[in-house]
Amino acid sequence: MSTNNSVAEQVDNAPLFHMQKDPHNEPGTLLGFWIYLMSDCLIFAMLFATRAVLAPNYAGSPLPKEVFDIPLILVSTFCLLFSSITYGFSVLQMQQNKLNGTLIWLGVTWLLGAAFIGIELYEFNHLIHIGASPQSSASWSSFFALVGTHGLHVFFGLVWMVVLIIQTKKHGLTIANQRRLFCLSMFWHFLDLIWIAVFSLVYLAGVL
Amino acid sequence: MSNNYETIYADDRWSPLFGKLSWDVIPFHEPILIATFLAVIIGGIALVAFITHKKAWGYLWTEWLTSIDHKKIGIMYMVLGLVMMIRGFADALLMRAHQSMTSSGGEGFLTPHHYDQIFTAHGVIMIFFVAMPFVTGLMNYVTPLQIGARDVAFPFLNNFSFWMTVGGAILVNVSLFIGEFGQTGWLAYPPLSGIQFSPSVGVDYYIWALQVAGIGTTLSGINLLVTIVKMRAPGMTYMKLPVFTWTSLATNALIVASFPVLTAVLALLTLDRYLGTHFFTNDLGGNAMLYINLIWIWGHPEVYILILPLFGVFSEVVATHCRKQIFGYDSMVYAIVVIMILSYVVWLHHFFTMGSGAGVNAFFGITTMIISIPTGAKIFNWLFTMYKGRITYELPMMWTIAFIITFVIGGMTGVLLAVPPADFVLHNSLFLIAHFHNVIIGGVVFGVFAGINFWFPKAFGYRLDSFWGKVSFWGWVIGFYVAFMPLYVLGLMGVTRRLSQFPDTTLSGYFNTAAIGSVFITIGIIAFFIQLYVSYQTRDELRDDNGDTWNGDGRTLEWSTSSPPPQYNFAFTPRVHTFDTWWDMKKHGYQRPTDGFNAIHMPKNTGAGIIIAMLCTIMGFALVWQIWWLSALSFVTVIIASIIHTFNYDRDYYIPVEEVDAIETKRTEQLAKGGIA
Repeated sequence: MSTNNSVAEQVDNAPLFHMQKDPHNEPGTLLGFWIYLMSDCLIFAMLFATRAVLAPNYAGSPLPKEVFDIPLILVSTFCLLFSSITYGFSVLQMQQNKLNGTLIWLGVTWLLGAAFIGIELYEFNHLIHIGASPQSSASWSSFFALVGTHGLHVFFGLVWMVVLIIQTKKHGLTIANQRRLFCLSMFWHFLDLIWIAVFSLVYLAGVL
Repeated sequence: MSNNYETIYADDRWSPLFGKLSWDVIPFHEPILIATFLAVIIGGIALVAFITHKKAWGYLWTEWLTSIDHKKIGIMYMVLGLVMMIRGFADALLMRAHQSMTSSGGEGFLTPHHYDQIFTAHGVIMIFFVAMPFVTGLMNYVTPLQIGARDVAFPFLNNFSFWMTVGGAILVNVSLFIGEFGQTGWLAYPPLSGIQFSPSVGVDYYIWALQVAGIGTTLSGINLLVTIVKMRAPGMTYMKLPVFTWTSLATNALIVASFPVLTAVLALLTLDRYLGTHFFTNDLGGNAMLYINLIWIWGHPEVYILILPLFGVFSEVVATHCRKQIFGYDSMVYAIVVIMILSYVVWLHHFFTMGSGAGVNAFFGITTMIISIPTGAKIFNWLFTMYKGRITYELPMMWTIAFIITFVIGGMTGVLLAVPPADFVLHNSLFLIAHFHNVIIGGVVFGVFAGINFWFPKAFGYRLDSFWGKVSFWGWVIGFYVAFMPLYVLGLMGVTRRLSQFPDTTLSGYFNTAAIGSVFITIGIIAFFIQLYVSYQTRDELRDDNGDTWNGDGRTLEWSTSSPPPQYNFAFTPRVHTFDTWWDMKKHGYQRPTDGFNAIHMPKNTGAGIIIAMLCTIMGFALVWQIWWLSALSFVTVIIASIIHTFNYDRDYYIPVEEVDAIETKRTEQLAKGGIA
């Protein structure tokens, strides 16, 4: 056995069994975040399933078609859909390395998201006031659990957005910040997608 | 007794400052609990004094508690599993002793109220805080080494996940001394677990312990999944993954795709209990069977989460100790994947008696039986690997053989239970209890001991003592059969589970036999701890200088490193050509490089994980006792602490070349001393 097996010798006489330089691994953050979103999607799947099973169980509480204010929900829906578009604009600006444009579109997205949350809180308050409270029946329990969980997600998305706006202002569009902005982007579009399902399967199906 | 508790926990005892907490909730009237409490306090003080005496707090904090090294986190998971196993097993001994006394007409020493808490805690602890930490610990330690990686994909999250699991375990243990635990069985079926029938804090402890630990498990699943997908060494395609890594991949996919279901369903139960919603109540349209469906959609994949990694352990052990490549690698991989998928379409076999009709029951009965086909294929693969192999009967191999025999018996009773008409007779009987202990002890526990004996030398640099290992082995194996075979018989004769006493005294012989079995298992457990102690004392004789511990028969990459491996695992990233990479390297006369090292990029330790997880634990405790100000405060603190953590961009560093060079030179000297290069 030679006491000094240099890396170069190794290459000559046997199949290569180690890398002289570390391979460049793509960071797994985006994949990891994507997998997290899928696990979150399962939580929503459970809530949709619960809604599907319990929706007919009104037990004497108000019927959705008596209390849903579809035009108002349509407004909030468009707030959320447009916020997805504005977030897209922000990412486009980010990819051109334009700090101000990124931040401005993020700000617009935040306002639209906040409007969505405001309308949702108003709606919840109204529903509870007229007797369609989470405690009134299994049907309304499942409604508030599903829509409320989505709303909570949007709320935390807004908190996260504030943090990212501060961090981007402070450190600029560094690679780490771009990655974070992109994760939030996936989160935000995901919530949009969930909301489309909520709007169709809860609100529209409710007033049919 | 139970009336007493109802008055204690009546809602009018709530105060803004302490919630439902008061001196009345400390179980002073239960001598067993007070004695345990005193023992824990004295033991805790002794431990703290010992650490202080050794001036080890700083070492503990910087080297272990805040460590993001996957190897150290893996070891800490194993320690957690061992500690909680003592607690869970103490519960088992109490039940066996009590049933043995009551079966012959005696009164026993436990009230029904206390007995109900014990069987609930036993199940919850053994699954969530013994089996899960063991499995996660093994995967954490071994997987990055087998794929030639330096750490996991998200090292900080790994540390955080571990401390969340600890947080859940803390909540379960606190319930022993402050208040009480659930009396509902380990899955807390409503309406029993609803606020109407379980008005006290027991179910709340259950909920928050599992929520805190469950978040940790989900995150650790995401972490290891991304690690395996993204960080494999060059050349390691999916069909070149070691079998253990394959099972780890499947297990973590199962975790990610099932634990969110548990989170969601427990959240709905929480809403029922805290806000008065009607998901699972008997009135106003609630549906209790919805809960039972949802929780088993998580629960069935969960049992495969537990067993699959151990299938991986047995595959590694058999190949190494028979000095043969694993038989039928491809079929092994397909079997793992098929089991992973099928585990999602069998959940209803846990409640055939729901009354969903013959068609539905037949579907789920058949899918359940189909799972035995890939599982059987794996059994044959292990047997064919042994066939004409040069078997060395080391401890891991002994556990593996005991597993094959025991697991086949458990598998057959499982197929029997999968027949819906038979299940109508055996449902909720001790036959079922015997069945799942047969597969969990025979599969998971035996596998964990095989894994510990197999990889302990890798983690600590010396082997485990084989005499005490054999005592432990025979204690467990004999104890298992003596303790659980009588339960099959009792179950066939109609004894139901979760009963503290059974009026027919003619059956006492079976209960007494089962109690004797638990004594044998006690010997097995004590012998294991003696094994650890003796091995530590004689560690110089058991030293593993080579790193390829098992007579140089190691086949996968972890055996190419020193024992214990350096912090960075591999000085050079390996290049992979086959699934038995290290065997392949040895066959080609691979010479370990001794110069030309580079600086190595590594993540930095951080205290954020333990701090945030402990804040979550405090929040769980506050929510259990409805101390709203503390819940809100700890919640806001968790959010703020997490945000502060994201402001830290400085998370990695380079180990300088000189340090790598020094470590590797030491390794060269160690190898020369070991006599094998």
